[in-house]
Amino acid sequence: MPRKGIVIKDPYERLTGEQIETIHKTSLELLYDPGLLCFNKRAAEIFARAGADVSPVPSADPPQWTVKIPEKLVTDTLEGAPKTVILGARNPKNSLVMNGEEPRVYFVSGSETNIWLDVNFETYVKKSDENTELIIPEFTPRRGTVLDLCRSAHVAEHLESLDGFIRNVNIQDPNITGENKDVNKFFASLNNTTKHVMAGLTSLSQLDNVVTMAHLIAGGKDAFKTNPIISFITCLVKSPLQFVDDTTEAFIEMCERGIPVVVSSSPQAGTTAPITEVGILAQINAEVLAGITLGQLVNRGTPLIYGTVPVKTRIDTLEDSYGSIETSQYNIDCAQLSRFYKLPNYSTSGVSDAKIPGQQSTMERLFSDIVVTMSGPQFLHCAYGLLDCNSVFCLLQAVLDDAHFQMIKFFLKPPRIDETEIHETLRQVRKVFETPQKLYIGYLRKVMRSGAISPLYPFEGAGKTDDVFRLAYERMNELLAKPVEHIDDGTTKKIFDTIPGLLPWLNRYEKGRKQ
Amino acid sequence: MSDSIITLLKENVIQGRMTQDDEGIDESLTGPGVVELTGQALDSGISPKIIISEGLTAGMEVVGEKFNAKEYYVPDMLASAEAVSAAMDILKPLLEASDITTKGKFAIVTVKGDIHDIGKNIVAILLKGAGYEVEDLGIDVSTEKIVDYVKEKKPQYLGLSALLTTTMLEMGEVVEALQKAGLRDSVKVLIGGAAVSKEFALKIGADAYCADGFEAVKVLESFQAV
Repeated sequence: MPRKGIVIKDPYERLTGEQIETIHKTSLELLYDPGLLCFNKRAAEIFARAGADVSPVPSADPPQWTVKIPEKLVTDTLEGAPKTVILGARNPKNSLVMNGEEPRVYFVSGSETNIWLDVNFETYVKKSDENTELIIPEFTPRRGTVLDLCRSAHVAEHLESLDGFIRNVNIQDPNITGENKDVNKFFASLNNTTKHVMAGLTSLSQLDNVVTMAHLIAGGKDAFKTNPIISFITCLVKSPLQFVDDTTEAFIEMCERGIPVVVSSSPQAGTTAPITEVGILAQINAEVLAGITLGQLVNRGTPLIYGTVPVKTRIDTLEDSYGSIETSQYNIDCAQLSRFYKLPNYSTSGVSDAKIPGQQSTMERLFSDIVVTMSGPQFLHCAYGLLDCNSVFCLLQAVLDDAHFQMIKFFLKPPRIDETEIHETLRQVRKVFETPQKLYIGYLRKVMRSGAISPLYPFEGAGKTDDVFRLAYERMNELLAKPVEHIDDGTTKKIFDTIPGLLPWLNRYEKGRKQ
Repeated sequence: MSDSIITLLKENVIQGRMTQDDEGIDESLTGPGVVELTGQALDSGISPKIIISEGLTAGMEVVGEKFNAKEYYVPDMLASAEAVSAAMDILKPLLEASDITTKGKFAIVTVKGDIHDIGKNIVAILLKGAGYEVEDLGIDVSTEKIVDYVKEKKPQYLGLSALLTTTMLEMGEVVEALQKAGLRDSVKVLIGGAAVSKEFALKIGADAYCADGFEAVKVLESFQAV
């Protein structure tokens, strides 16, 4: 039995059927004129063989090709793309089954942040009254490490609302190199969560080492095929409309191996995409369709996810503005576009422009988390713990996010109105009506421990001060103290004997944490 | 036999099962509830004193501990208190005929102009469960009627409830009327409700402000200790 996720009845949609058709046609037009600029030779050759108009750009350095993809090539190829994609997990009960036509939402962490935000609590004394003290959190940024990634995966394992784990810490220890980064980030993640693990690939040279590691954990190559415990996310198309050389190469290799991959594009409306809603939609759709077309040409039937990370630009700095209202609108539209193609959708919500946890962060993330969830994307990267767009990760924020995703999940539960409920309602009202106090509290007891009514906000303080951060911090430490099911010793030994570059202490994370 | 009835009675108080039709927290517990078990205990010749001290009060003590440990919520506390309250109604005639006394008589009322009574009802249940003899005078009750009641029934405690900022002023009228009638020293006046406060209680000359039913129980215990 896979994880249940949350099924959205009548997903919230902003676009009419006619508008969807218009965007679809505009994207197809863009794929032929201007087409894409391709910096990867193999991709250019694959498209040429399939019937696209491919021509080298004269005197270009590095070499590049113009690829014009005819409409029919896109539509024919799309038909071969699986409508259902399964993402497995070390514990098969944590696997995710995503059907492009079913708006079943899974909440997943991400992205790869450079900065880890430590939290410490300090006591401040009121200047005008020394007897009045206030305990407030202080946040200290530093570079993320492998140990941080272990801790993040560890907590992710215990976050109830989190369905899958996209590694969210860029490991930057002195002994992590471009060569050993992939194996260490995948092992750190896989060893500390039994949920699905997704990450990008830093070095193509490590693809086979990572896949071998996954085979060893899953129980062999065939077992991995039915239970793909890892998947990759790739941004092979850089906006606007350019196939990047190294990522496209990695993508082709992944597709050849039949590993699930998110084909992701992240245009910024106003700088790398038009500022209009229709403009960024037509372009991002073209970019993702180009990637999916390439993947299916490489290996027809390989599992791909329609990945969209559209964002509006900030007008003051021209940086990303994930917290903007438009960013949520784009993501909602993309979930709808993906459903039009019957492909599982990777969408984004909850990324905040705020630098630290606080009111701005709460407002921005909760707003987008609710509305984007209601649009029914299958694989929702909902930015557990992310701050300052995608650059900072804070474990305390992730714990706070889990609480509000549990609220969202509860909110989206369908109402229960049936014969049994009606019968019980009549019985209760009639019985209570006869009592002197006329209170239903006795019936409240019956349901309050059953999960049928929403729990209290878990970080509500007892006094007049706001204790949310302090209580969430306590919860975070409780979760870190809870054991996780690590990879068994025998498999770990095989992995360390087979895969080069793993940090020797990494199989002893729990001990390492205490040192 | 006696021991097993009292043990069951205590357990059913803890579970908040007033009658055999009620469900407790432990759904596997079925059979007679507090009302039926109180009847059985009396039929078996167990004294009201034992029923109260070893069954009802002992059960409520466990409920209080569970509530303080956040294992129980307010509805659990109320269910147990309501069950004890029903048992006390059965025992009341026997208590009156014996030398066993309750913790005191408590009259509770929503003052004139105000019809809100959820809080008042909850306080009444909790106080009854805590061993007080509670008389609920109802809602929108005139000052005159309240004074008449105090004069006639002589309760040791009077609880005044009001939700509205307009009707809370009526509480001051009640205290003043009790003073004029020469009854003020015979009864402790406790006030409660969303609009009132400790400061307001002081201002109108009430004896205490109680934020909720639990505080009311504590305040009454402090009065008893004096």
